[in-house]
Amino acid sequence: MKLSVLVNEGPYQHQASDSALQFTRAALEKGHEIFRVFFYHDGVNNGTRFTVPPQDDRNLQESWTTLQAEHELDLVVCIAAAQRRGILDENEAERQGKDGNNIAPGFRISGLGQLVEAGIESERLVVFGD
Amino acid sequence: MSEIKKFMYVNRRAPYGTIYALESLEVVLISAAFDQDVSLAFLDDGVYQIMKNTKTDDIGMKNFSPVYNALGDYDITKLYIEQESLDERGLTLDDLMDIKYEDEDDDWAEKPSIKVVSRKEMADVMDQQDVLMSF
Amino acid sequence: MTMLHTVNKSPFEKSSFEACLNHANTGSSILMIEDGVYGAMKGSAFSEKVAAANGVALYILGPDMQARGISEDRLIDGVKVVDYAGFVDLVTEHDKVQAWL
Repeated sequence: MKLSVLVNEGPYQHQASDSALQFTRAALEKGHEIFRVFFYHDGVNNGTRFTVPPQDDRNLQESWTTLQAEHELDLVVCIAAAQRRGILDENEAERQGKDGNNIAPGFRISGLGQLVEAGIESERLVVFGD
Repeated sequence: MSEIKKFMYVNRRAPYGTIYALESLEVVLISAAFDQDVSLAFLDDGVYQIMKNTKTDDIGMKNFSPVYNALGDYDITKLYIEQESLDERGLTLDDLMDIKYEDEDDDWAEKPSIKVVSRKEMADVMDQQDVLMSF
Repeated sequence: MTMLHTVNKSPFEKSSFEACLNHANTGSSILMIEDGVYGAMKGSAFSEKVAAANGVALYILGPDMQARGISEDRLIDGVKVVDYAGFVDLVTEHDKVQAWL
């Protein structure tokens, strides 16, 4: 089955990103297709490459990046929510005149239309939030 | 993308204290471009989102109440408000914005977008949806 | 059409769990995840409300239960434990999912 996931909260502050990651992994292991994982609200903060979590605990961003690479997942960070919270890729940084960018590998920044499209194209949409 | 899906945006939180109300509205507006069967549900603290006479100057935030009034222009005409949620909060229809749309199938007659439903009716409407988004 | 409701907050922190119970029609299922698993414990001020959910199948995510030190013998009768694979199955077996956050 074709599934999509919506992540509404940032890493560590809430369990949402962890739950979404575990769910996504389990779905892939069962042979389902993950059409898209969309990060909204503070969920966009999952897409920064500058986190340095403690060594003895999980690294959420790296986990998402690795899963994306293994399965060619489409991890989308909402541009409007990202702009509010300071998550930028190279293009956005240039466009907005910022002196750096922070998007993590495997994530791409795009519009809210991608979330609606995920709802249309997928057979199920599962939401993780607070 | 042939079949039209029923999309419901579920609003259960008050405005301004958190960003969920505003950012969920942004999804609603974008979805207008996709020609799906869109409706909004307001229950629990979500009913506070459409109270009238809001003035946000002194909290320094942009007032997004006008956006609800514009939903009709985007062909979003079904706003389900839960009666029990209103009752619990001591609110009546009079406290809410008079959100309308123009019915192109009825000579552009102005009609209310708000439909007050019971908790049971809300549960049934939710059961009819294809996609439900919570924020 | 069948609905899978997910609840992720403790019924004592927020009214979301109660709201879910109030909107879960017969034939639907509720899966408790994250802090929502506390709602499955018997002997709490909330237990009776959960037990009274007529015609609603109740599930709890095992990993979240274990993380919080809840043993199976403390669960309300009839609550079934599933793992993440079971979570995925519940999603595909129902027609749609609604998250009560």
